[in-house]
Amino acid sequence: MAKFIGTVVVDKDRCKGCNLCVVACPLKVLELSVGVNVKGYHYAEMKSPDSCIGCGSCGVVCPDAVLSVYRVKAE
Amino acid sequence: MEVNEMIKPENLVVGRTSVLKECPMHYCPGCTHGVVHKLIAEVVEEMGIQDSTIGVCPVGCSVFMYNYMDVDMAEAAHGRAPAVATAISRLNPDKYVFTYQGDGDMASIGCAEIMHACNRGENIVVIFINNAIYGMTGGQMAPTTLLGQITATTPYGREPKLHGYPLQITELIAQLPGTCYVTRQSADTPAAIRKTKAAIKKAFMNTRRGVGTSYVEVVGTCASGWKLSPENANEWMRQNMFEKYPVGDLKDI
Ligand SMILES: Cc1ncc(C[n+]2csc(CCOP(=O)(O)OP(=O)(O)O)c2C)c(N)n1
Repeated sequence: MAKFIGTVVVDKDRCKGCNLCVVACPLKVLELSVGVNVKGYHYAEMKSPDSCIGCGSCGVVCPDAVLSVYRVKAE
Repeated sequence: MEVNEMIKPENLVVGRTSVLKECPMHYCPGCTHGVVHKLIAEVVEEMGIQDSTIGVCPVGCSVFMYNYMDVDMAEAAHGRAPAVATAISRLNPDKYVFTYQGDGDMASIGCAEIMHACNRGENIVVIFINNAIYGMTGGQMAPTTLLGQITATTPYGREPKLHGYPLQITELIAQLPGTCYVTRQSADTPAAIRKTKAAIKKAFMNTRRGVGTSYVEVVGTCASGWKLSPENANEWMRQNMFEKYPVGDLKDI
């Protein structure tokens, strides 16, 4: 079976830290930051980027469309 | 592979659609309105109908929807979106006309307008966000509030003798001969959100068939109004709302 690797780019200053992407991720890739963004929210960031398979679940649940998910086939 | 090598347009699987404007949405963190706005924008983009879509905004938290969607939009008085959409769609039969309303807007003050628009079978798409509460005005009881649910105006819980029963307006609308597609979806998990998007797409496609009103209810959360975190609000919705408002198609012809 083909394996995929992925990555998530967070538009951090638009993120409201709702945590829904963290909950939606099946591989616990994301978590909320310790620091805050310009709005004062703890934004989503990749805690364990190596686990990401680019499934897109985080991007699908994001109410503010701040996540871009990229996926490539692992060689 | 280096992360930078992955970040290329051809590898993008989920991104921000250009039908959403750059203006940040004013919604509270985790609000269902944001998810559904995004889904409508994605459907409009996928169908290539940005130039021929006209939306009608409600009064409620989503009153500023026209600031977020890059399509033509009109603002209706509280509850009157289906009446405004009736005129727009009759005058522009080649356009895709949709309304977007909350439960206070649609099931309460606008109950007559939605019933008659659906009964006339107006060729419009109705998107209905049911969060069981008046979100914008501070979390008062709505017609859809569950029995026992605590809101700003039912501090001891909704009590049928005093406040009546939760209104399953979607079940009523499904009985009207003017409707061709009536469905209830939710937006709590990635799978549910994908299904909701498919339902919205089907509703927009129905516009070209011209066989009646298409109606999509989305059972949603109001984390601020319910005084829960967004993830606990989703859990509360699954535990409590789905019993009264079960997800699925009620009518599809
Ligand atoms: C004629 C009129 N009556 C009352 C109001 C006050 N009002 C504003 S929004 C709202 C309810 C909105 O609730 P809902 O439709 O459920 O939308 P939500 O905010 O939860 O998204 C009310 C009663 C108003 N703006 N106009």
